[in-house]
Amino acid sequence: MAPLSQTRDQTAARVSADEAGAASAPVVVTIRRSTLLRPAVALLAKELRTEFRTRELLATTLVFVLMVLVLFSFTFDPTAAETRRFAPGLLWLALLFAGSLMLHPSFTREQANDTLAALRLAPIEPVAILAAKIAANLCFLLLAELMLLPIFAALYNLSLLPVIGRLVVVLFLGTLGLATIGTVFSAVSAQARMRELLLPLLLLPLMAPALIASAEATVGLFDDSAALSPVWTTFLAAFDVMFLTVTWLFGEYLLEE
Amino acid sequence: MDTSFHQAREEGRGGLGIEFHKIEKRYGARFALRGVSLQIAPGECVALLGANGSGKSTLLKIAALLVRPTSGGVTFPDVGDIGADGAPSAIAPSAGGQETFAIKARIGLLAHQTLLYDELSAEENLVLFAKLYGLDRPLQRAAGALEPAGLARRAKDLVRTFSRGMRQRLAIARATLADPALLLLDEPAAGLDPAGQQWLGKTLGHLQDRGCTMLMSTHGTSEAHAVVTRAVRLAGGQIAEDSGPAGDPRPILAAALAAGHEG
Repeated sequence: MAPLSQTRDQTAARVSADEAGAASAPVVVTIRRSTLLRPAVALLAKELRTEFRTRELLATTLVFVLMVLVLFSFTFDPTAAETRRFAPGLLWLALLFAGSLMLHPSFTREQANDTLAALRLAPIEPVAILAAKIAANLCFLLLAELMLLPIFAALYNLSLLPVIGRLVVVLFLGTLGLATIGTVFSAVSAQARMRELLLPLLLLPLMAPALIASAEATVGLFDDSAALSPVWTTFLAAFDVMFLTVTWLFGEYLLEE
Repeated sequence: MDTSFHQAREEGRGGLGIEFHKIEKRYGARFALRGVSLQIAPGECVALLGANGSGKSTLLKIAALLVRPTSGGVTFPDVGDIGADGAPSAIAPSAGGQETFAIKARIGLLAHQTLLYDELSAEENLVLFAKLYGLDRPLQRAAGALEPAGLARRAKDLVRTFSRGMRQRLAIARATLADPALLLLDEPAAGLDPAGQQWLGKTLGHLQDRGCTMLMSTHGTSEAHAVVTRAVRLAGGQIAEDSGPAGDPRPILAAALAAGHEG
């Protein structure tokens, strides 16, 4: 075991802060970086490593969304102009349902060995835990979407290349909202008895505005104008900012036992 | 804030005292703890004894700031201004704030569950927690903790491939990784073979020499008992017996064992 003098830079930083008297700005920045940013990065790396080792969440999402898209593609005529109108809605609906499945284990996985207790005991901002999980879930969902997009385009006879940049913007904004709300309610529902049912029940009504905005913005990309709707994209951005802010302000209470 | 404490740590005598003030914890209508008051001085090693459901684990979780008491509070007299006025002050379990971080950074917890990630290797687990605790050179710290735990050869193996005893060794290595000033142990010898128990006794003895305060829930005879300086028996969520800081803990330990409370 290493000598005590080699331990924890952040405690030392706090002691220096007190020795210095007033909380000078650089020290505050150091503390925030060591209790928020660094732990969040370490936890994000943990989430990514665990998922790419097990591939549980990615595989579930891919299979579920693919099944929905394929089943619906047989129901509708892909050559009809009307298909371009409802295909984006189908895509977002499938992503929302898949998200409710995929995001559920975010916190229930921490219950297996009570690892959430270890994270709560660590000298880190509780919001770092949520930030890492939101970022990880965003990565998983976006990766799944990028893998599914070519199949979606083929099944519904849509041309992605002319609108790919704008489509990525809409996907990012919509998925960020889904990842944020889904992760937050995964934390809430993980401690409940009916946890498997609770997440979809909480997630679907709250995601409805973002779902509508995402679908409308995506529809706009595949109609004749192929334009990115400023109204819907602004709405999505505002939705994301609002829920990220709420998570930032009240996230720590979600992790209490 | 605590310059003298920091100096004491540097000199290897940096225990963290803890005081419980009339702690009550209720789960619905059931009381887990009923008015527990206990002052533990820096460097003390207290064995918590009692039958299943007597409140030992709940008291440890409250000490670790993981569970908020229904009433009463916990103070850490050696740290900052928390409890400096002598008044009981409950600390929000997940709250931030420099004082809370300073306390959390000094607490090590060995819980009933391992608090380890099964899908990470032993080394990855320790490196992750070293980073969360802001320790220098996380990889070297992890290697330094795995070697004495007898897990150096399995450092790269996933924890899910470990036996119960190996997981417990790793859990102890994780709990002691950041050189805690207050170590909370829930049945530390559970699952350990005789060699593992010897290593546990040695590790705790080493920490005791440095002045680490320890509070351990214990069952059965164990090498861990060698470091016990005080014994407290809980019954029905209340303190039934306390040998006191200067008293002999052995009669309570022996009586608890004889009464079957330990096993």
